[in-house]
Amino acid sequence: MQATKQEKIDLYTLMYRIRAFEEKGFVSFSKGLTHGVLHLYTGEEAIAAGCIYDLRKEDYITSTHRGHGHLIAKGADLGRMFAELLGKETGYCHGRGGSMHIADVKLGILGANGIVGAGAPIAVGAGFAIKYKGLDQVVLCFFGDGTIATGAFHEAVNMASIWKLPVIFVCENNLYGISVSIKKACALDTLADRSAGYGIPGVCVDGNDVLAVRKAAIEATERARGGEGPTFLECQTYRWYGHFTADDGKYRPEEEVKSWKEERDPIKNFAKEMVDNNEVTQQELDRIHDEVNEEIEKAFKFAEKSDPADVENMVRGVYYTSAQ
Amino acid sequence: MRKIKYREAISEALREEMNRDERVFIIGEDVGQFGGVFQATANLLETFGPSRVLDTPISEQAIVGAALGSALAGLRPVAEIMFVDFTGLAMDQIANQCAKFHFMTGGQAIVPVVIRTQGGVGFGDAAQHSQSLEAWHTHIPGLKVVMPSTPFDAKGLLKASIRDDNPVIFIEHKLLYLTEGPVPENDDYIIPLGKADIKREGQDITIITWSKMVLDSLEAANELEKEGVDVELVDVRTLKPLDLDTILQSVKKTGKVIIVHEACKTGGFGGEIAALIVENAFDYLDAPIKRVTALDTPIPYASQLYGAVIPNPDTIIKGVKELI
Repeated sequence: MQATKQEKIDLYTLMYRIRAFEEKGFVSFSKGLTHGVLHLYTGEEAIAAGCIYDLRKEDYITSTHRGHGHLIAKGADLGRMFAELLGKETGYCHGRGGSMHIADVKLGILGANGIVGAGAPIAVGAGFAIKYKGLDQVVLCFFGDGTIATGAFHEAVNMASIWKLPVIFVCENNLYGISVSIKKACALDTLADRSAGYGIPGVCVDGNDVLAVRKAAIEATERARGGEGPTFLECQTYRWYGHFTADDGKYRPEEEVKSWKEERDPIKNFAKEMVDNNEVTQQELDRIHDEVNEEIEKAFKFAEKSDPADVENMVRGVYYTSAQ
Repeated sequence: MRKIKYREAISEALREEMNRDERVFIIGEDVGQFGGVFQATANLLETFGPSRVLDTPISEQAIVGAALGSALAGLRPVAEIMFVDFTGLAMDQIANQCAKFHFMTGGQAIVPVVIRTQGGVGFGDAAQHSQSLEAWHTHIPGLKVVMPSTPFDAKGLLKASIRDDNPVIFIEHKLLYLTEGPVPENDDYIIPLGKADIKREGQDITIITWSKMVLDSLEAANELEKEGVDVELVDVRTLKPLDLDTILQSVKKTGKVIIVHEACKTGGFGGEIAALIVENAFDYLDAPIKRVTALDTPIPYASQLYGAVIPNPDTIIKGVKELI
């Protein structure tokens, strides 16, 4: 499967947008503008972009505490996202959710999640609903390497497997669960090998190669749409920041961090590949950068100018009432 | 009026709601072919088939999580957790996911999930199959908690719970399944959540209780009547939302209150009701509020031991006499 020039530019723009959002988020956290910490996705952009680019609007995703990238890739509004981080009434959740719970349910985003592993059973339920209704949507369930040790994950993958549900389990293996190396948390070298225990295919790709991620995601998605059930897709990657914005990540060797940033930057490498192959000029890329940066500034200004979340209506939404 | 068993009232409610709304389905352990360990889902598989009556693996977390995911994707699941003691296994999905999803997302999605379970002391089921854990669930904003005592209430409240757009913890009692009571035939009645029922009118003292303790308290009241004590019995039916108005009216009438529950005393829901009465009707009290509850111990196995741990008509009578 060959990607067209436009597709490549789209993927590049998407990755760049995600990074620009996260960098702006980091700056606003540093200035004390956000109301909580952020779990930044910087360095992992190729996974959200590669996996979500080809999804349909009606397809579902479940996301994680490190979820901004998934939301942006699914088409979430950047202004409403920033507004949520800044605790504004115009935020996606009116200031009730924050970074870890931003969602746009209308776009099929069934929650980011603050609990590691909790999205997996929810993804299975959405997958069941698709099958129940006889539709051909799919669910992409994103999770980190730390999730592989949770009971929720095991229960969910098993259930998806026995019922052949259209769920793709996308493992973003960034090598650390906060400070604990995956080597200390799992005896397998390749996490995708876990799939054998559930009788489903396991695929491991370079999570910093957006085209490789995209190819694997399309294969898994087609399989799921065809009624053949789930796939475990491991994408190996690295987070540039610590676990969250208040973590300097000093538990990781400096050399390791440096090599991932300098040699395996998914955005820089993809740009170089396209320029080297004469598929795009540096001028075109610069124009994309300018446009996205402007888009980010505009979105952030919208958030800054918005009213703070309304304390008067604080209990709204604890229970749904039809009068709302 | 015809009389049916409590468990038949449950299965009738499920059958009627499944006929009424094709989005309603049942998911749980042994709910299909086996009809549930207490036969509350008997014969539903034959009518509705395996796509709407789902036997699951032993995966409480995934049962509740899948129920939530399916609800977010438009279905109206009735999940069964075989014993309330097992809700601990699913507590993240109940308390962090189902209860909070609507609020955290700023009201973007509804969570019409019913979790049917059962609790209470039966016949020597010992410490892990006999608990009354309603207070775990009433403590979580976002959940509703329902505990019916009669077949009539069980049917009407379950139908209301299935039609509710919030997560409902519906706790049956294992010793009530075989009790009989009048339930009208071909009558699509529902009982709104949050309406207590005066099971017996009286002048001298108010007993506030729920679930099987309603039956024990009625027996006690009938004995006390012979001794000239006229008991008013308030069955709260739903702990959350709680019908405080009915409770306060009765307190204002009698001036004396006993709260009876099968859960152990410390942290039990009786303490919450007592506090509400003190906050709202202190001047009407002629005596301290008394609680007749289980001892603060795990439920033992031997019948003479568990019989000494939980309330019964004799201990309720003793409690009333201490106040009169």
